[in-house]
Amino acid sequence: MMFYREAARDGGAYLAFRGVSVTVYLPIAELSVNIFIILGMGAAVGFLSGMFGVGGGFLITPLLIFYNIPPVVAVATGANQVVASSISGAISHFRRGTLDVKLGSVLLIGGLAGATVGVWIFSWLRRLGQLDLIISLLYVVFLGTIGSLMLMESLRAMRRAAKNQPVTLKRPGQHNWVHRLPLKMRFKKSKLYLSAIPVIGLGFGIGILTSVMGVGGGFIMVPAMIYLLRIPTNVVVGTSLFQIIFVTAYTTIVQAATNYSVDIVLATILMVAGVIGAQYGVRVGQKLRGEQLRALLALLVLAVGVRLAIDLIITPADLYSLQIGGGRG
Amino acid sequence: MRQFLLPLVRHLLMASLLALPVTVAQAQGLPGALPPVKEGLEIGTSTTEIAITSDFRGADLTVFGALTNADELFLAIGQYDVVVSLEGPRDYATVRRKERVFGIWMNTQSMTFEQTPESYSIASTKPLADIQPVAQLNRLGLGINHLTLSPTGYLGNAAQLTDFREAYRRLKVGGGLYQNDTTGVRFVSSSLFRASLRLPANVPDGVHLVHAYLFKSGVLIAQKDLPLRVVKTGLEQAITDAAHEKPLAYGLFCVMVAVVTGWGASLLFRKD
Repeated sequence: MMFYREAARDGGAYLAFRGVSVTVYLPIAELSVNIFIILGMGAAVGFLSGMFGVGGGFLITPLLIFYNIPPVVAVATGANQVVASSISGAISHFRRGTLDVKLGSVLLIGGLAGATVGVWIFSWLRRLGQLDLIISLLYVVFLGTIGSLMLMESLRAMRRAAKNQPVTLKRPGQHNWVHRLPLKMRFKKSKLYLSAIPVIGLGFGIGILTSVMGVGGGFIMVPAMIYLLRIPTNVVVGTSLFQIIFVTAYTTIVQAATNYSVDIVLATILMVAGVIGAQYGVRVGQKLRGEQLRALLALLVLAVGVRLAIDLIITPADLYSLQIGGGRG
Repeated sequence: MRQFLLPLVRHLLMASLLALPVTVAQAQGLPGALPPVKEGLEIGTSTTEIAITSDFRGADLTVFGALTNADELFLAIGQYDVVVSLEGPRDYATVRRKERVFGIWMNTQSMTFEQTPESYSIASTKPLADIQPVAQLNRLGLGINHLTLSPTGYLGNAAQLTDFREAYRRLKVGGGLYQNDTTGVRFVSSSLFRASLRLPANVPDGVHLVHAYLFKSGVLIAQKDLPLRVVKTGLEQAITDAAHEKPLAYGLFCVMVAVVTGWGASLLFRKD
């Protein structure tokens, strides 16, 4: 330090900056990006999330990674963005009375615990140098599975609708192993008498995914609540959104505190574009039929999954990668 | 006529100089001869600070310098060479190599290098290899290919070390953080030179160091250093500081922004 101070004196030089542009510097990601691309991404994902009633984290995070935002920042910032996109949805469900606060709170207990463990796993994987791989693998597995299931289900529903048969969701057997577990609780709004264990367990699992993948987890939680816990469909979306708000908010704070990886500039651009896009998405979504909507969403989910899978399988352009900092290997 | 004559004169000078080192050496060896005047090197940059603003797309840094007590004859035949480098802050760097495991490419091997500069920009009057022998460049750590890269911890076999070092340099050059301009230093008058160094858009913030080296007939005779601070400005700096110094408050603030945005949107676009 002594040396720097001694040598600090002025001489003659000049600096030239290139002309004004549309780039914006992301202070945490530490790179400059084109603001219109980020706005476009936010608006497009917002539009889709409004149309399909999903948080959009599962689209935003991979898109940011495709745009060379470090996965560490993409995941943490994705979680922050989901907070904004879930709130307006949860508010409207609360107004309509399709939100079970008690059920949501029990889910939340599991969710917060899961998010804590998830952030710990996240930091550990980052140290190992396997974080990017695990994030991609998780996305491929979850997007592939959920996308295929949704596509099959919606195609079956569309075929039935074409034959003029009534569209009903299959509910095989009223009770399964889940309903034989102890610690039962009564959830009035959902008209359910259900063990707290699978609810907390589900919240826990989704909480881990929120931390590691930067998603709200609605695309996994909603089917799990319907098919596994037999929660009435009308309260499922509102309740999952309610839980997602708090888990993603908590994850944002914990990621900020442990990995310093939430980029507020990036998050704000995404959020503002996202909530506006969502409004138009909702309008378009109301004009489409349920099974068509689900088929479209399934195709989208599969496309993102396939794209990530291709990146894992094809020979990378450079087998080597570089990480700065992080102390002695 | 002058234009025609000039190259000719230069050629003649060159020819006469081929014999010169011998005579100079003899002259210096003589007792009672005048002590040789030592050449000096002065460099300057008007600013000691570069600001990373929100629309930062990189910057060009020009370093001006002067040779003092330069030998006219040596100047005329280009026996002085100047190398100017700009070294970014140092940190550990880990290089990882992917291998195919069960059909999937994953990182299997890694090597961490001690405190290497995060960015490195170098300009010289001619290619470094023409100024100094490789061994000497390695000793000085001068040039992208000669920077000291010593691995930490356990060392695998030497072939791997070479591969990882090469990969490190390739990635840094590919990412624009390491730059090399073999004609970046130009003499604007006989003893005044100007070096242009490029700072990429992803230049790390912190204290960078400008190093200037003066070589005379392939011998390092003078060296000067100047610090250059690269700082994030205004909002960018405030955000980085907050994120690292008050991470909890920063996290809460991020959530608040999200809540306000989400809530605001639902109020703004309310249908009733």
